[in-house]
Amino acid sequence: MGKTIAEKILSNHSGKDAHAGDIVIADLDFMIGQDGTSGVAIDSFRKMSAKKVADPSKIAIIIDHSSPSPNQGVSAIHKKIREFAAEQKIKLYDIGCGVCHQITPEQGHCVPGDLVIGADSHTCTYGAINVFSTGIGSTDLAAGMISGKLWFKVPETLKVVYKGKLPKGIYSKDLILNLIGKIGADGATYMALEIDGDAINEMSVDARFTISNMAIECGAKCGIMKADKKVMDWVAKHSKRKPGPIEADKDAKYKQVIEIDAAKLEPQIAKPHTVDNTCGVSEVVGTPIQQGFIGTCTNGRLEDFQIAANILKGKKVADGCRLIIAPASKDIMLDMIKDGAYQTLVEAGAVAVTPGCGPCVGTHNGVPSDGENVISTANRNFKGRMGNPNSFIYLASPATVAASVIEGKIADPRKYL
Amino acid sequence: MIQKGKARTFPNHPNDINTDYIISGRYKFKIQDPNELATHVMEDLDPNFFKRVEKGDFIVAGNNFGCGSSREQAPMAIKYANISAVIANSFARIFYRNCFNLGLPAIEADTSGIEEGDELELDMDAGILKNKTKNKEIKIAPVPKTMQTLLADGGLVEHFKKHDGFKV
Repeated sequence: MGKTIAEKILSNHSGKDAHAGDIVIADLDFMIGQDGTSGVAIDSFRKMSAKKVADPSKIAIIIDHSSPSPNQGVSAIHKKIREFAAEQKIKLYDIGCGVCHQITPEQGHCVPGDLVIGADSHTCTYGAINVFSTGIGSTDLAAGMISGKLWFKVPETLKVVYKGKLPKGIYSKDLILNLIGKIGADGATYMALEIDGDAINEMSVDARFTISNMAIECGAKCGIMKADKKVMDWVAKHSKRKPGPIEADKDAKYKQVIEIDAAKLEPQIAKPHTVDNTCGVSEVVGTPIQQGFIGTCTNGRLEDFQIAANILKGKKVADGCRLIIAPASKDIMLDMIKDGAYQTLVEAGAVAVTPGCGPCVGTHNGVPSDGENVISTANRNFKGRMGNPNSFIYLASPATVAASVIEGKIADPRKYL
Repeated sequence: MIQKGKARTFPNHPNDINTDYIISGRYKFKIQDPNELATHVMEDLDPNFFKRVEKGDFIVAGNNFGCGSSREQAPMAIKYANISAVIANSFARIFYRNCFNLGLPAIEADTSGIEEGDELELDMDAGILKNKTKNKEIKIAPVPKTMQTLLADGGLVEHFKKHDGFKV
C-alpha cells in the first residue's frame, strides 16, 4: 500500500513499515526549545536524573518569546536556560537572534526528509521544506534530549490542493486562514496536512512557511509540502546537511482530499477570538484599528516586510493608530536594512522591536489597552493572547495590515497595489 | 480506582478552550512555581475559577479542549489546582499528550448532559463516568494503551526513569 509523506518519514526514522495508527519510536534529527517552554524541560531533565543530552549538536534553545527580558521572573528563566545550554554544550540563540521557527530552518538545522520536534506548537512551520516537524510539550523535549528519540502515533493525512493562480493582493496567509475557517479549529486534529497545488508551486519558500506554520491552528500534527526545486535551492543556501527529500506515493491513502480554487479568494480576516472565525475582508472593512503588528513566525520574513513597505512607501500610519514591526530574525532585519524596507516602514511611522516574537504572546512589546482593536499578521487571536483579555485581535496578511494602518481601520489592500 | 468530584464547566465557552485561557502567557513566562501558576488557571474565562475548585473536581468541556500552544504549564496548572481529570468531547493533540506526560487523565466522553456542580464518579477501569446528580452513566472512550502505560507509571518522568527510556 502506498504511503503519505508523513508515513514515509516516520518509517525511515523508526525502521518500521509504519502506517497511520501505528505507534513508533523514532530517531530525531533535531529538536528545539524556547524560553517559555525550556525552563520546564530543564526541570524534567533533572527530575529524570539525566546527566547529559544524547547529542548536543541536534539541539538548540532559542530565547525569543520574551526577549530581552521584561521582568525578574523571565530573567530567572533566561538565566536557567543559559546555564543549561553552557553545561550541555547546546547551541543557544540568545536575545535578538530571532524567532525559533525562523532560526531553525534559516540556520540550516533541518533539511528535507528530517524528523524534528520542538517545545512550541508552531514547530510545524518546517513542513514547508519537507520536514516532518511537530510541537510537543516540555517533558517530551526532555525525553528527546536524553534519548535522541520520541514515540509517535503515525497520523492519517488530509491532503489540501490549491488550484489556480493567486490573484493580486491575495497571499499565502489568506489561503491558510481560509482553510482554517473552512475546516475549523479541530478540522485536522491528530492528522498530518499534505499541502500541494499550482498556487503553492508558484509561491516562494518564505510564503510557504506561513501556510505550514498555521497547520496547528486546525489541530494538525504537521503541515508538510513536497521538496521542489525552490525548496532544494533554499535549503542549499542555508544548510550544509544533505537533504533526503520525500515524496508521497501515487497510491498513498488519504483521509480526505480537499481542493480549493485559489483564484476565487478575497483577502481573509480571522475575527476575534478564534482563528477559524474567518471572513472576507469586505465583511469587516471600516472596523477601527488602534494597533497594527507585522512580524512573528507566521509573517515576519523579508518578503512580508517588502509587501508592507511597498504599500506604506510615502504614506503615514494614521493618527490614533500605531504600527509595530518585529523581524523574525536578525538576518532578516539586516536584509530589510539592505533592501530599504526597514527605513521605509520606520519613515511611515512603524516602531521596530527586537527580532523575535514581539507582542504576539502578550509578554512585552505592545500590550493593547482595554477595548482596543489590533490587526496582526500573527497566527493566534485568542482572547488575552497579546496580554489583555479586554482587547480584540484580527488576523490578516501583511498587505492587509499595512493598508489598515494607513486608514486607521480595516482596509482592503488591493486598492493600494 | 474510582475518582469522585464535582463537574466544573464553562457554559458560556464549552468548546475550543485554548491553552492561553488555561494559563495566560503573561503568567507562564514568569512564574516557575506550579502552585502559584495554578492560582491563575482559567483566569481569562472565569476569574474566580481557582477559588471555586475543590480537591478532586473535574473540568468538563466540549470539543477541542486544550487547543493552541504546546505549553505544558497548561495541564500543570490544572493538576496543581487539584483537578483530578479533564473530561471533554475531544482534545487537541499536544495538550492531550502533555496531560498523560504529567499523570493527569484526559478523558474523552460525551459531556453534553453534564452541568456545573454535578457530582461525578470516574471509573477508568470500567470505562464508566457516573453522573450521580443526574443519575446517568456515560461510557468513556477507551484510553489508548500508550497513555494507560504513562498514567500507570505516574507520568513520563517516572516512566522514563523506570524503563531507562520509552517502553510504549
